[in-house]
Amino acid sequence: MSSTIRIYPAKPEKVYVYATCLVDMFSPQSGLDAIRLLELAGVEVIYVPKQTCCGQPAYSSGYEEDAKTTALSQMDLFPEPWPVIVLSGSCGGMMHHHYRRLFAGSEREAAVNQFCDRVFELTEFLVQVCRIRLQDQGPATSVVLHTSCAARREMKVHVTSRQLLGQLDKVELREQAYESECCGFGGTFSVRHPAISEAMVQDKTRHLHDTRAEQLISADWGCLLNINGAMEYQGKDLQGTHLATFLLSRMEGHNAQ
Amino acid sequence: MHNKPQLFHPQAEAALANPELRANFRGAMDYLRDKRQTAFADPDEESAIRDRSEAIRQRCLSKLPTLLEQLEANCIANGIRVHWAENAEQANALFADIIQSHGGTLAVKGKSMVSEEIELNHAMAKEGIDCLESDMGEYIVQLGDETPSHIIMPAIHKNKQQVADLFAEHVPGFKHSLDVDTLIQTGRNVLREKFRSAHIGVSGVNFAVAETGTLCLVENEGNGRMCTTVPEVHIAITGIEKVVEFLADVPPLFSALTRSATGQTITTYFNMISGPRKSDELDGPKEVHLVLLDNGRSQAFVDEEMRKTLQCIRCGACMNHCPVYTRIGGHAYGTVYPGPIGKIISPHLMGLEATQDLPTASSLCGACGEVCPVRIPIPELLQRLRREAKQEPRPGVPALRGQGAAKSNTEAFVWRSFSLLTRYPVLYRMMSWCATRLRGLMPSKLGPWTRCRTAPRPAARTLRELMAERKK
Amino acid sequence: MSTARNAILHRLRQAQVKPLPVNNPDYPVWDNTDRNTMLSRLTELLQQNHAEVIRLNPGELIGTLKSRIEKMGLKRIATGTGGDFHAEITEALAGCAEQLPFNQPLEQWKDELFNRVDAGITGCHGAIAATGTLVLWPGSAEPRTLSLVPPCHIAILKASTLHANLPAMMADQGWAGGMPTNLLLISGPSKTADIQQTLAYGAHGPKQLLVLILEDA
Repeated sequence: MSSTIRIYPAKPEKVYVYATCLVDMFSPQSGLDAIRLLELAGVEVIYVPKQTCCGQPAYSSGYEEDAKTTALSQMDLFPEPWPVIVLSGSCGGMMHHHYRRLFAGSEREAAVNQFCDRVFELTEFLVQVCRIRLQDQGPATSVVLHTSCAARREMKVHVTSRQLLGQLDKVELREQAYESECCGFGGTFSVRHPAISEAMVQDKTRHLHDTRAEQLISADWGCLLNINGAMEYQGKDLQGTHLATFLLSRMEGHNAQ
Repeated sequence: MHNKPQLFHPQAEAALANPELRANFRGAMDYLRDKRQTAFADPDEESAIRDRSEAIRQRCLSKLPTLLEQLEANCIANGIRVHWAENAEQANALFADIIQSHGGTLAVKGKSMVSEEIELNHAMAKEGIDCLESDMGEYIVQLGDETPSHIIMPAIHKNKQQVADLFAEHVPGFKHSLDVDTLIQTGRNVLREKFRSAHIGVSGVNFAVAETGTLCLVENEGNGRMCTTVPEVHIAITGIEKVVEFLADVPPLFSALTRSATGQTITTYFNMISGPRKSDELDGPKEVHLVLLDNGRSQAFVDEEMRKTLQCIRCGACMNHCPVYTRIGGHAYGTVYPGPIGKIISPHLMGLEATQDLPTASSLCGACGEVCPVRIPIPELLQRLRREAKQEPRPGVPALRGQGAAKSNTEAFVWRSFSLLTRYPVLYRMMSWCATRLRGLMPSKLGPWTRCRTAPRPAARTLRELMAERKK
Repeated sequence: MSTARNAILHRLRQAQVKPLPVNNPDYPVWDNTDRNTMLSRLTELLQQNHAEVIRLNPGELIGTLKSRIEKMGLKRIATGTGGDFHAEITEALAGCAEQLPFNQPLEQWKDELFNRVDAGITGCHGAIAATGTLVLWPGSAEPRTLSLVPPCHIAILKASTLHANLPAMMADQGWAGGMPTNLLLISGPSKTADIQQTLAYGAHGPKQLLVLILEDA
């Protein structure tokens, strides 16, 4: 993983949004809310309806050729030189880092790298490029934040989610034990090694729940599927909300779903 | 009776079901993480020393065959006898030859993971040679007829109660006590007599310096010094990748190692051995031997990406920070090297067929790569091994032992279909349309997923549909 | 095993790896060379690692040794047969403890050294402030087991031999040009945390390390 510091461009007029397959199917509202947030931040959002999945599941299962064909099909959907805003650190990591690795040394390398340079994770883009300022209109509440490992370690954007929450006057951010530890999702890992994944998500849900925060927030639907599913299985009423939905609800002054 | 990587799943499940073991590991990992964190309080300093260490290891590996020849020549000039072994069998034969030529029956051993790799103790036992572990953790592990569960802290899976019980069973005259000082003194007294009487001392090597023909050993207990100073013969064994070019390469690597491993600025002892006792000297071994072991390392070496595996300086930080290792402990892996580094080195030592479940046993969370002092991209190498486990050798890429062992036509079909689906939005739309419309029919049990979670429920409409409506 | 040797080297060479040039990115090393600062750091770090440190003037060496040996109840003490402080050590031990000079090969008195010696006294080749480390360069006058086998090690160090850090000391003294059979860095008494991460001293080497620093400059 490169340790170089990313240099951010000035705020563009238009951006593409890459909603990810999980948002498309499991939480389209998060996608709508993220698009609204970007619009509030002053950029025009282009949603390409042909987008499907970044290919990460095949990639992390060792099927790189299949992942490559998927990757090529996705990159073709975003021909204009606008930033591509991804609503997940994990898919962002795939498209910002791993696409490079997949095509390294190939004739497409240069074009792929140019595409990867255009990929941003949502919170990173809102903070570093849009320099968004949030006005908190909601009632006082407490939240705990789960950041995905890819957002933290591949995209290095764990700070931007916190910065966004930090802009909200009436939102108290509670700290959890072992904050940086993985929730146990890991895509196909959770079904290939279910017992280990279970031990990890049980610890994660306990640490989150122990904060007694009123709401759980994350910018990654992969982790949320895992954590919410485990919370519900355990009979706990804490259910995670996508950060975009939460932020929008604060700006509009109502409680997030 | 020892674990095997082929049985990773049941071994991991057994470990997860053992609350005492899990508490022992969680406690130990928390301790080691905190120590490392304190040692690298300044992130810029941490980053700089990792950059330096990575650069050194990469340079030394880039010249590996030349440096090995230089090391050999300088060791010989210093009076150290150098031997080469392709595999465990050859290495053990060398040990047996050397030990038997001195009529030795007792060898005391300092901590050496490479000697675990060749199962030296068992091989020597067959030759009638008693090979006794002298590192406190290793001694405890050997008493219990176990293997190390961590490369730096071998007995980390045991708490003091369990150690006391073990001593009560095996050490004559031990009066049961939970006092750690008493336990350590018990070990000291037993082993002191062995250091005094053994003819042979065995050790590993942390860094072998080509420039000067010097073997460096890092330790806190003094058993490494005992093994390499008191017996008449010292045999050191190391993997071929441990060679460094210059003596000046040692200080940064040493610092990176101790800070990453135990959070120490420096260990109690750093022992630099450059030859046997000289004619005017009154102690030190009369013979020093160095065994250079390949055992699969050259397979990793010939592949540019996997060569990075060999940058490892065996600090154990990757396991200390691994959420999987923290929960299942070291024995579950069934390999000599557990944890993240074990998952990427073991396939070269043992073949991918035996180890195919290891590269997938990671959520690719990246915690290992984040702390590696020599910046081995462990998640990327796991990714690479996942690929090689599923695919036949390709032209232009060196084949691995056991490559393609995890190939499955069903799985290949699944991912081919997945790829097709993602490339044809019409198909994809049909699939997601079905999933959202038929969500009431979604089974509430989804195999492994629902053992601890409810099944995810698709939304009533996909984002694509909602966006189409939004535009209107 | 020359076949193994050749086979291994052949495989490695087949990879045709391009040798990388020396590229040593800078990393911070503690490098304050002020004498007093170095001395304080050495003392502090050694103490943190459970060594006992006494700073004294060279003229106080004999008296200090005598009083410490009496206070610690050391009766039989192994020493070298030469070295910078041999005369002072001999004088200090006279009438205070039995001196056992290391004047025969280890094998001839191994049992005694292991079981009937209370302490070993050595000089130091130098020391490293950055990490709180003594550097020993054993030889025929002060063999290596003196600092290893007895349960207590008394080390005498001249403050003037202090270096800021290990890379500087290596470079200044040209270690790469000729290494002794054994060169040792010692940063405290022997210790282990192998049982439940609980630190215990005196695992296999000396349980006690007493460092006498002579402020000679």
